[in-house]
Amino acid sequence: MTKELFEVKTGLAEMLKGGVIMDVTTPEEAVIAEKAGAVAVMALERIPADIRRDGGIARASDPKMIKEIQEAVSIPVMAKCRIGHFAEAQILEALEVDYIDESEVLTPADESNHIWKHDFKTPFVCGATNLAEALRRIGEGAGLIRTKGEPGTGNIVEAVRHMRTINMEIAGLSTLRGDELMAAAKNMGAPFQLVAQVADTGKLPVPNFSAGGIATPADASLMMQLGAESIFVGSGIFKSEDPAAMAKAIVQAATFFDKPEKLAEISRGLGSAMKGLEMSEIAPEDRMQDRGW
Amino acid sequence: MGVVAMQGSFAKHAYSMGRLGIKSRAVRTPEDLKLVDALILPGGESTTMTLLLENEGLWEPLDAALETLPVFGTCAGAILLGRQIDDERVRCFNRIDYLAERNAYGRQIDSFTTSLIIPSVMENDFHAIFIRAPKFHEINADIEILAAFGSDPVLLRKGKVLVASFHPELTEDSSIHKYFVDEIVLKSR
Repeated sequence: MTKELFEVKTGLAEMLKGGVIMDVTTPEEAVIAEKAGAVAVMALERIPADIRRDGGIARASDPKMIKEIQEAVSIPVMAKCRIGHFAEAQILEALEVDYIDESEVLTPADESNHIWKHDFKTPFVCGATNLAEALRRIGEGAGLIRTKGEPGTGNIVEAVRHMRTINMEIAGLSTLRGDELMAAAKNMGAPFQLVAQVADTGKLPVPNFSAGGIATPADASLMMQLGAESIFVGSGIFKSEDPAAMAKAIVQAATFFDKPEKLAEISRGLGSAMKGLEMSEIAPEDRMQDRGW
Repeated sequence: MGVVAMQGSFAKHAYSMGRLGIKSRAVRTPEDLKLVDALILPGGESTTMTLLLENEGLWEPLDAALETLPVFGTCAGAILLGRQIDDERVRCFNRIDYLAERNAYGRQIDSFTTSLIIPSVMENDFHAIFIRAPKFHEINADIEILAAFGSDPVLLRKGKVLVASFHPELTEDSSIHKYFVDEIVLKSR
């Protein structure tokens, strides 16, 4: 990827910082999200909680639905393709979606390889549970990383685990001597150049957002205080009692994440958040975060 | 330097100013406005910024501050500083007389980089990054056009208001930020 293309891809992610990207399944939901202050919407047929409930194969969304959502709002529209399914990604690029999410929420199409994202002009966001996974995705051309969390659960515990893991691993790398970095890259299974860059700068080469399990303004604040630069909210909004109010509150929380008095005010009287799932209720083979290699 | 920090590339602007040895303050409340000598309205989503500014009761105090303070707006910030556009999702400050057209080059796939010649700012070319950029139309004759991309004016100045449709905050080159400080902020004190 040329330096210019990298700048353009990460540039849009920079514009989304301090914001909330919301999952929507209809143009009406997209308008609610935009009116609540979303910086972008993720167009998908079913939100993760419903994918989890319904089972079956989850695929990229109907282009008709994506087009309708693009026409309904002025903010960027993202859409998901299956891991490794570069043909779905090509279709999403032809639809001119603003960001493609190669997502573990959908059923993977390839059990070894992710998409070679350098081949696309459209930027990609990919999930990661640790630093090595993040750097492999960036090596393949991702312009934005999001910690995975466990989608569709309304349970923040996995998002916290992944964010803390990545932070700890970055801190660990930055203590290494130069002559230790090759062995570190080998042990991590991550591209050497990127490992060396992270060791040098102490941060990921692309923005890092948080996704999966965020259901309240406090969850958004927690993830941003842990270092997330923006928040993806999937089921947390449209599975809550009052989606418009919850959406607006999470948007405010992304701006005032470090102001507890403000968060107390924002969080008041929002109705119930989504019911959510305890991790032990999810069979190991149903864990979406383990998809991706 | 006060950087309006509701959403978007505010940290990058603070970083650009830091390279010039200038301290920034994130502006999130009316109180913050009393502590700054100049303002930056960053890139981001103009719809989101409008909502947050209004919800927080910051729109009016910011509007009042713009009566006196120099301001630099990039992309979404430039949209907000212009004449009110025909879009109820965005509320403009009407501080420089043009009509901005949002996402005028198209969607993200049409985002691009280019070299700009900006004689009044710098001798070298400026590497400019355009992200879902706006265009400026119906530009009033009293506005100075500092740079253009083809036939599109992209860096404009009217008195103490500087706007760019691209993102100088995303490059390592602080020349345009320096121009704002040296030629506008310091000279308007």
